[in-house]
Amino acid sequence: MAAALNKPRTLFEKVWDQHVVLQEPESPAVLYIDLHLVHEVTSPQAFTGLRQRGLKVRRPDRTVATMDHSTPTTPLSVPIADALAAAQLDFMKKNAEEFGIRLYERGSAQQGIVHVIGPELGLTQPGMTIVCGDSHTSTHGAFGALAFGIGTSEVEHVLASQCLLQYKPKTMAITVYGRLGPGVSAKDIILAVIAKIGVGGGTGYVFEYRGEAIRALSMEERMTICNMSIEGGARAGMVAPDDKTFEYVAGREYAPKGAAWDKALAYWKTLPTDEGATYDAEIVIDASSLEPMITYGTNPGMGISITSPVPDPAQVSDPLEKLALEKALAYMDIEPGKPLLGHKVDVVFLGSCTNSRISDLRLAASLIKGKRVADSVRMLVVPGSQQVKRQAEAEGLDVIFREAGAEWREAGCSMCIAMNGDQLEPGQYAVSTSNRNFEGRQGKGGRTFLASPLTAVAAAVSGTVTDVRTLLTENIAIN
Amino acid sequence: MAQFTTLTARAMPLLVNDIDTDQIIPARFLKVTDKNGLGKVLFCDWRYQETIPSVDAAEGATPRADFVLNTPTYAGAKILLAGDNFGCGSSREHAPWALTAYGFQAVISTSFADIFRNNSLKNGLLPIVVDAETHATLIDLLEEVPDAELTIDLESQSLTLPGGQSITFPIDAFARNCLLRGVDQLGYLLTFEEQIKAYEEVQHV
Repeated sequence: MAAALNKPRTLFEKVWDQHVVLQEPESPAVLYIDLHLVHEVTSPQAFTGLRQRGLKVRRPDRTVATMDHSTPTTPLSVPIADALAAAQLDFMKKNAEEFGIRLYERGSAQQGIVHVIGPELGLTQPGMTIVCGDSHTSTHGAFGALAFGIGTSEVEHVLASQCLLQYKPKTMAITVYGRLGPGVSAKDIILAVIAKIGVGGGTGYVFEYRGEAIRALSMEERMTICNMSIEGGARAGMVAPDDKTFEYVAGREYAPKGAAWDKALAYWKTLPTDEGATYDAEIVIDASSLEPMITYGTNPGMGISITSPVPDPAQVSDPLEKLALEKALAYMDIEPGKPLLGHKVDVVFLGSCTNSRISDLRLAASLIKGKRVADSVRMLVVPGSQQVKRQAEAEGLDVIFREAGAEWREAGCSMCIAMNGDQLEPGQYAVSTSNRNFEGRQGKGGRTFLASPLTAVAAAVSGTVTDVRTLLTENIAIN
Repeated sequence: MAQFTTLTARAMPLLVNDIDTDQIIPARFLKVTDKNGLGKVLFCDWRYQETIPSVDAAEGATPRADFVLNTPTYAGAKILLAGDNFGCGSSREHAPWALTAYGFQAVISTSFADIFRNNSLKNGLLPIVVDAETHATLIDLLEEVPDAELTIDLESQSLTLPGGQSITFPIDAFARNCLLRGVDQLGYLLTFEEQIKAYEEVQHV
C-alpha cells in the first residue's frame, strides 16, 4: 500500500487502499467493511449460517438493519396479509435481537428503504466501505464511499468477520459536462449513461461520475445517479465528496460531532481523485444534449429520448441482440419505429431507492399541484422512509398528492420489487421512477417504462407517455 | 462449501442475452427464510402457464411446452448455455440456489454479471466464460446434436466437446482452488482474525 501513495490515485483507489487488511498473492484482498446494512430478504440464511457455526456478529456497532423489501406499504393498523412476509419480518426482528443489531422495524420512526435511511441517518459517510445484500447499495457512492451489493453468503462473511474477499475492480470515469435543460434531471442522465454503455457495459468496473454537470447536482440527485450504476453492470459508482456532501452529512444523527467531525472532514477532503490519476476507461456525455429519457424495453439499457423512435429489430444485425429486442418489444407489446409519446399508461409509481427522497417528492408535487391524475391512472406515491414521509407531510406534499388523486403510502420498496402487495396486473403499463424494467419486475405480466419523477407526473396527469417539457410553465421552477 | 472438480453432462441452450435474476427467480419467491426447494420456481414466469404465487404452489403447475426447460430433448442437462451478461440485476443469491437446486452445475456464457458470478462460485455453480466464437460453436453443436455431452475439467480449466475439441476457459486461481477443494471461504477469512484486529486498532475503527 505504501508504495502506491506517491502515485496519483483516483477516489476509488484511495478508498480501496485504505481498507485493504491484507493482500495475499494470487488471492482476493481482505477488505474491511465500515458499514453493513441489512434487510429482511437477503439476510435470513446468513443469520442461520452464523447459528450453525456458533458465530457472533463481529461488529454489531457497524451493522444496521431495516425492513423494506417484503414490508407492506399499507397503513400500520392493517395486519400483514401475507403470512410468508410476516414470518420473514418476524425472523429479521428475532435475528436483530439475538445478535444485538440495531433494527428500524416496521412502525419505527426511522424505518425506510435501506438506501434512503443510511444517508438520512448520517450512517453513510465519505471514504467508507459500505455493503448490503442489495445491488442498489451503489447509491451510497454519492458520498464518495465505496458501496456495493453482495450476496447472502457474503452477508454472512461480513457479519462474522467485518471483511470481504474482493478482487480490485477496474475504474471507469463517466464525465458529464454542460448544463441540463429544463425538465431534464439526474434520472435522465443515468438512463442516458446506461442506454449508451448497455446493461453489461460496466461489468468489472467501478464508475466515478465527474464533471460540471455532476458537481451541479444536489446530494439526492447524485444518489439517484449512483443508485443505478448496477444497471450499467458496475457494482459501485462514486462521486467525489465536496462542500455539498459535507453540508448534507453535518448534524445528522450518526455523523461525527465536534473534534471527530474536524478530523473526519480533513480526511474526506483528501479523497477526490488526484490530478494525473488515470482510469481504465472513460465515457463522456454532454448534459446539454440530453432530453427526458424513457425506457421502452425489458432492461434499463433499452432507453431512448422521449421524442426518439423505439428501435427497430430489422436494423439490428447481431442475431442474439436482434432476438433480445424482438423479445422485449413482444413482451411490452410496443411497435418499433415510432416514439412512445401518447402510449397509454395505467399506473404511475413514484418511489423506490432511486427516486423517493424529499427532493423527488417536492419536485413531483410542484408539477402535480392543481392538476388531477387522469381517471384511467392509478398513481402511488411511496416515500422512501418514515422521515421523508413526515417531512413531506409537514410541507403539505401529501395533501397535494392526495388532492390530485394519488395514493399516499407508508415507506418501503413497494412496487419496485412487487413482493409486498404493491404490484401491476398482467398487461398493465406503468411509468415508474424505480430502477428496473425487467419482465415481471413490477408484477407478473406488468410492463414498465422507467423515467424521472417529472416524466412520471406528466404521465399521471395526461394518462399517456408525455414529454414533461410541454407541461412546464413559468410558475414551475424546474432546473 | 460445495465442490466442483469434473462434470460430463448434457447442455441446455437458453440463448437470451442479459437474463436478469428476476427471470431466474422472481422476487415474490424471496420471502423464504431458507435456501432449499427453489428449483421448482427456477425461471418460473417463463416456465409455467399459471401465475405461481409461492414456492409451494409450483407443485402440479402446467409447464409451457415452448420453454426449453420443459423440452424433453434437454431433460437432465446439468450445463446451461446462456446468452451474454447472464445474471444481471439484483444481488439475490436465490438465483444460484435455484439453478443448483434444479440440477445445474455450470453455466456457459460470453460474460456474467459480477454479483451473480460471486454468488455462483460460493455455491459450487461454475460460471464458464467463453469467447463469441466458442459460444457460436456450442450453439451449433447443440442444434445438430441436442444430446451432446460436454466435459468440464476444472483442474485443467478445459471444456471438451464430443469430437474431442478442447477449449481452455479462464478462472482466477483462488476461485478455482476453492471449488476444487471445497474451501469454506468464511473459514478462510476467519483465519485472519489477528490481522483484522490489528487493522481495527491501527485505523481506530
